[in-house]
Amino acid sequence: MTRSFPGVLANDKISFTIAPGEIHALLGENGAGKSTLVKMIYGILKPDAGEIRWNGEVVDIPNPAYARSLGIAMVFQHFSLFDSLSVLENIVLGIDSRDTSNLRSQIAEISERYGLSLDPDRHVYTLSVGERQRIEIIRCLLQNPKLLVMDEPTSVLTPQEVEKLFQTLQRLAQEGLSILYISHKLNEIKTLCQRATILREGRVVDAVKIESETVSSLASKMMGKELVESASSTVSTTGDVRMRIDNLSLPAKDEFGIPLREISMEVRAGEILGIAGVAGNGQDELLEAISGELLSNRPEDISISGKHCGQMNPNQRRMLGLASIPEERLGHGSVPGMSLEENGLLTAFMRLGLLSQGFIKTEACKEFTRKVIQRFEVKATDVKSPAVSLSGGNLQKFIVGREITQSPELLVVSQPTWGVDAGATQIIREGLRDMARKGAAVVVISQDLDELVQISDRLGAICGGAVSQFYPTESLSIEEIGLLMAGAKLDLENQNVA
Amino acid sequence: MDIIIASLLTIITAATPLLYASIGEMITEKSGVLNLGVEGMMLMGAVCGFAVIHFTGSETLAILAGLSAGMGMAAIFAMLVLGFQSSQVATGLALTIFGIGLSALLGQDLVGIAYDGLPKIAIPFLSDIPVAGLLLFHHDVMVYGSVIIVILSAWFLNKTRAGLILRAVGNSHDAAHAIGYPVIRIRFMAILFGGAMSGLAGAYLSLAYSPLWIENMSAGRGWIALALVVFATWRPWRVMAGAYLFGGITILQLHLQAQGVGVPAQVMSMLPYLATILVLVLISRNQSKIKLNAPACIGKPFQPTS
Repeated sequence: MTRSFPGVLANDKISFTIAPGEIHALLGENGAGKSTLVKMIYGILKPDAGEIRWNGEVVDIPNPAYARSLGIAMVFQHFSLFDSLSVLENIVLGIDSRDTSNLRSQIAEISERYGLSLDPDRHVYTLSVGERQRIEIIRCLLQNPKLLVMDEPTSVLTPQEVEKLFQTLQRLAQEGLSILYISHKLNEIKTLCQRATILREGRVVDAVKIESETVSSLASKMMGKELVESASSTVSTTGDVRMRIDNLSLPAKDEFGIPLREISMEVRAGEILGIAGVAGNGQDELLEAISGELLSNRPEDISISGKHCGQMNPNQRRMLGLASIPEERLGHGSVPGMSLEENGLLTAFMRLGLLSQGFIKTEACKEFTRKVIQRFEVKATDVKSPAVSLSGGNLQKFIVGREITQSPELLVVSQPTWGVDAGATQIIREGLRDMARKGAAVVVISQDLDELVQISDRLGAICGGAVSQFYPTESLSIEEIGLLMAGAKLDLENQNVA
Repeated sequence: MDIIIASLLTIITAATPLLYASIGEMITEKSGVLNLGVEGMMLMGAVCGFAVIHFTGSETLAILAGLSAGMGMAAIFAMLVLGFQSSQVATGLALTIFGIGLSALLGQDLVGIAYDGLPKIAIPFLSDIPVAGLLLFHHDVMVYGSVIIVILSAWFLNKTRAGLILRAVGNSHDAAHAIGYPVIRIRFMAILFGGAMSGLAGAYLSLAYSPLWIENMSAGRGWIALALVVFATWRPWRVMAGAYLFGGITILQLHLQAQGVGVPAQVMSMLPYLATILVLVLISRNQSKIKLNAPACIGKPFQPTS
């Protein structure tokens, strides 16, 4: 099989080949053009020029149905599932065959063969992310594909789930299936793939055999520069308890929400506390409970700097020294249609005194916004640019910068570098660590284990709305973190921090 | 006895236009589009249906005219909302206002003209059953049609692949697009169907319910139809139950008023609205069921490029 693509805006003359039974990595940072490329392969986007050769023949793929008929199947990064439909209905929608009479038995057969257990009558919204991914994979396998495209499949899985997925993929490859594996996680590619095509800024910068590469050589090729491993956090001298959560329980907001169960934890000045966990295990609820968007039942459930604040509103908590950064940038962390200046004002007006008798101090506001833009290298034309006009990474830099610049004593942040390119990631992580060094307490809720291991001093996990104990990060192995994320208790002696 | 049968018969005629309009709107909303123009589409259906019966005398053509008028209005809506990504709420409201005005203009010369109403069709044998025969099998063609439409749409939504795709598009247009379904085309069809049904609802008003044309004769029924869809949690049989409940209480309170019950007429006129809302709220208390049936994408514009 040969395929080549010259020139779409995001893809500049990209060519690569993939052979039967091969697991081929498509490696690149966010925005390198990986997604555009696979969308063209799957017929969602049309290439401006260039051609795809399938089994040696030039093919034109006008739509996904045609791609499927050729034998190309795709598992999406953001799953293409329908929440309120059942597993079976979701599978029916994703296959073209009209004969659905013996679908149940086919699903059962594939589930068994590859160890992908699934109940076809459950509704999708009741399933975990790992289970949802199984739906997509089964949906693909039902059509006997020749090429399986997987777009960042592990970004939402626990290490154990990842391992299981890899076993399935390797088994499929042995049976002759070609797999195009898209990721920016180098370790995974190193363990799973045979060859890699490395993309940067829409171009192929290299095509390599994985066995002759190391993780760091792959990284430098992907980023175009040597990866500067920032020194892991020096053991900071931790100070007073900044925030204590005492046996906090909250019922779920609605049918789709997660209840918080008996959460107790404390975070001290000068440390970064990491909370790992698979998406949808109560991260949003925990962040909202801390920020004051959800009120707890008793004032003493949460205390910041010794003050009981469980029933204070977000602004009152901000005055106690709290700053919070939610996971969703557009719409939660910022108002998309408002300018950066106005977005800056919205969270900073109390702590920085940007109001006077109910009027906005426009100059001070501009000054603050400029400071944030400058310090965090936000690429924005002007303080008047609307938040929505910034790219994801830039907006995230702005939002993180906005909170850090207010120099809070306590910062709670969810997914600080989700979908952010490597450069911005480094700036954001550096900013967080800098805060901790200056004596603030930082809580980082993230699904990115590498990130947590890299920046946090103590680490725990949230699972089903309950938070595990916290352990010094160095003392934990990836497997142990995986167990914590799955809700298991660790049997480590005297590891609990005094 | 005769009085009871007579009022039950009027209940059916009062419910039928609501049934058409809300089944159409339900299908439109299931695809993820909120069309607030039901009232306008109904009025256009009413005036066109009546005009055709007046000038040609053909019932078939009149019903078809009502249907096409509603569909035409819906096509305008679909073009604006799907083609130009205009706001569904604002466009729907504009469609209603436009329909009220245009139907009044077109119908100027039709005011005060009388028509006998659609002929009743007695179904052989079945209509000879005492009481039930007269009640159930002695109606005009549009009443039978409305029941068939309910059965067909329940079957379509829950049993066919096309119905599943329609629900999927309303549930997540991005996912549907990613798998490769033509979201815009599916929504266009759903909107047209909704318009056709609203047109039929209007035609029923001016051809059968009160066979004449007066300005704004739908009198808010389009809005009731919209509310019925939501309270019936997007399920065809509940829509039918709601429509008949509303029709029933409308007729009941008219009879009570005629009997001279000592309750102000305004309060009596409120009853159908209150009772319908109350009953439907009570039967739809199960929040998880609502989430399962409600189209998650409703009202959101879809841009296919991403």
